[in-house]
Amino acid sequence: MEILYLLIPLSLVLVGVIAWIMIWAVRAGQFEDLEGPAQSIIMDDDNPAPDDSTTKKEQ
Amino acid sequence: MSNSPGLVSPPSFFSCFHCGLPVPDGAHYPIQYEGHEEQACCRGCQAVAQTIIDSGQGAYYTHRTALPATPQIAESELKKLGLYDLPEIQESFVRVEAEHIREAALILENIVCAACIWLNERHIAQLPGVLSVEINYATRRARVRWDNSRIQLSDILKAVSDIGYIAHPFDPGRSDDIYRRERNTAIKRLAIAGLGMMQVMMYALPTYTATDMTDDIRMLMSWASLILTIPVVLYSAWPFFLGAWRDLKRKTPGMDVPVALGVGSAFVASIYSTFSGHGEVYYDSVTMFVFLLLTGRFLEMNARRRAGAAVEELVKLIPAATTRLPDYPATTEEEVPVVRLKVGDHILVRPGETIPADGVVVSGDSAVSEALLTGESLPVSKSAHARVIGGSLNQASPLVIRVDKLGADTRLAAIVRLLDRAQSEKPRIGKMADRAAAWFVGLLLVITALVGLAWYLIDPSRVLWIVVSILVVTCPCALGLATPAALTTATGRLTRLGMLTTRGHALETLARMTDLVFDKTGTLTRGQLSVRQVIPAAGHDAARARAIAAALEAGSEHPIARALREGAASGVSVEQVRNQPGQGVEAMIGGVRHRLGTPAFASACCRTDLVPPPSPDGESWVVLANDDGLIAWFGLADSPRADAAQALRALEQQGIRLHLLSGDGEAAVAATARQLGIGVWRANALPEDKLAYVKALQDEGRVVGMVGDGINDAPVLAAAQVSIAMGEGAEVAQAAADMVMLGQRLAILADGVALARKTHRIIRQNLGWALGYNLIAIPAAALGHVTPWMAGIGMSASSLLVVLNALRLADFKGENPLPQPAVPQRKPA
Repeated sequence: MEILYLLIPLSLVLVGVIAWIMIWAVRAGQFEDLEGPAQSIIMDDDNPAPDDSTTKKEQ
Repeated sequence: MSNSPGLVSPPSFFSCFHCGLPVPDGAHYPIQYEGHEEQACCRGCQAVAQTIIDSGQGAYYTHRTALPATPQIAESELKKLGLYDLPEIQESFVRVEAEHIREAALILENIVCAACIWLNERHIAQLPGVLSVEINYATRRARVRWDNSRIQLSDILKAVSDIGYIAHPFDPGRSDDIYRRERNTAIKRLAIAGLGMMQVMMYALPTYTATDMTDDIRMLMSWASLILTIPVVLYSAWPFFLGAWRDLKRKTPGMDVPVALGVGSAFVASIYSTFSGHGEVYYDSVTMFVFLLLTGRFLEMNARRRAGAAVEELVKLIPAATTRLPDYPATTEEEVPVVRLKVGDHILVRPGETIPADGVVVSGDSAVSEALLTGESLPVSKSAHARVIGGSLNQASPLVIRVDKLGADTRLAAIVRLLDRAQSEKPRIGKMADRAAAWFVGLLLVITALVGLAWYLIDPSRVLWIVVSILVVTCPCALGLATPAALTTATGRLTRLGMLTTRGHALETLARMTDLVFDKTGTLTRGQLSVRQVIPAAGHDAARARAIAAALEAGSEHPIARALREGAASGVSVEQVRNQPGQGVEAMIGGVRHRLGTPAFASACCRTDLVPPPSPDGESWVVLANDDGLIAWFGLADSPRADAAQALRALEQQGIRLHLLSGDGEAAVAATARQLGIGVWRANALPEDKLAYVKALQDEGRVVGMVGDGINDAPVLAAAQVSIAMGEGAEVAQAAADMVMLGQRLAILADGVALARKTHRIIRQNLGWALGYNLIAIPAAALGHVTPWMAGIGMSASSLLVVLNALRLADFKGENPLPQPAVPQRKPA
């Protein structure tokens, strides 16, 4: 049972870290648009047209 | 959108590659796409599609899930974009970051699916000089940063219109910022409460279940719980304490008081117990309690905001530009922002433009739609010396107007003032939950005091723990969730059915509505003329007459011309078309002079006096004649929406009294009322009359709902206990309304009432359950039989039950289910 003296304070620290991450995420605007990223990932260019975007990189 | 009622338009072999509308016969607008040729329906679509494909974003066409509107390219609008580059205009909406770096917020119009967002983002981002662009999917707003030395804002706006969308710069303003901060704070509070709740539960569960736990470990657990509960109570639950304090100061106890009382007393008692080492700890109940309530409030806030935002942003658009004629009567033109107009300026208003200020027509002859301002549904013809009202829409031909009233002096501003007054005088209907809460709080305090006193006499050492357990177990939680859970679910359901709720009380009031007042224009009718009746003269054929009329009016955008063209056969060729503004049109057909227009105009052609037939249904008559005499009379009238009669019957069956108030003339209103079976109606009603009418009904104790769409309706909408604006109506009307109808289905009204009533019932059940639970819990707690784990289970079970009961609203199906089109309805181009 003595391990609890370590584990419980450790869990407190862990919760603190998670809370800090959450607050950072809110401040950084991660919750501003909850629908967009889900949609835009589908729209990623799977088969880029053989023109500008690819040719530019090759130059 | 088929031409004649009853006929389904045949499947077209060629639908436009871009917008999906049928390609008209003889149109040839080819588009090169992936090596083969596609057809567009018009130049606009062709240009837009070609721009999209040529800039390498052709993938849009494979990804889109909804069809866009047919782009309408107005050269005059494009010219005005240049104004947005003026520093004094930019001042209100552009943020200057560095010397050349600018940032602006834009509202995008015509966005119909995710592919639109993707297309816009890609298209704007590839413009040279644009540093970044971000489009928020939920709000349809874009944030653009650009280098002003390399690209101008007008170029960006132009690029957006090139691909068929419209971008308006707008002032995000303070309320937006405030909302953002509020929402972020709410998420933070919720996150802290959620984390706290989960972890405290982890510590609490072993103390409830373990049999061999030493006191040291138990103490360690409660200290850890205390540390986690401190931020939950002091930060997350802070709004409840503030609210309770405010309620007490105003002496109107609401839901916040029992919440604050429960949280506060349980927390303080638990601290005491942790320090002193005896007694119970309630940290798990406290954190769970706070988290559940915050979730309810957060959902409520989101639902409200989503509905309100759409309306708000329309109101915040940057004022448009107008064409000034500085040296009138010389025709030099300059584009100026409306704010820079002065009294006495001459302005040119082209067809399709909105008149920016009150004034007098100096030259020109046109039809002007004042529907949004006066409620008169049909365009009014205006020629020299006629007065025009700012905010009305010029429909037929250019007008030169001398401005005589601006800003606060205009008719529009007066209506807005009337609106403010009506809104402040609106009768308030107390919220059911608040009334229940007031009773509940009073009762709870009395019972707690009595029980405390009784235990003081029996066993003073147990008073504190008994009192705390009563306060915790009485569970204002279920009571607090009862209303928001039901309202949020119902609001969401209603939005999917096609009705936005913009004010919190709307659903509760809708359930209790006894009278519904309609404004005719645009609510019950389509607000659009159509041919009701054709009376051919002897020896003439109605279909042939319609074809001739359609050919004569082929070039005109006047509403009468549009009505005559609709559903008529083609194939008549006309020559030498001459338009006589305000009177009619003349042309040669096979060498014979034909005239179409007012009786006086046509009479002059055939040299006989033409007397229009009687119009019992409020039709206006247009006559077609040639040199030989009369050919046909056309009776035109505004027609009721297809589902109006059915929707009204459904409302009547729900026991709602229907009224019709209209700014239109007697005959037209009487005809509509008769067709739709509305008993109580009033014609020629001014906004003031409508307001008085609604107030009179309210004085009789009726709960009045109002459906309207015009700016003239805004004051009445604000005064009615619950008001519903039409989605396609004026923005001011929407801002004043409690609900906004999306789409054109009136049947949604009856569904809305049914859903509101069901919501009402569910809220009652929830409140009943919360009270019933307390009837059992309070005596148990008072007798000292409730331990913290029982309180925790009781609280979560009753909250869960309340939420599940509310979720039953989510699968409410209306009597008139929405026909689900694969592609959203578009306004006819």
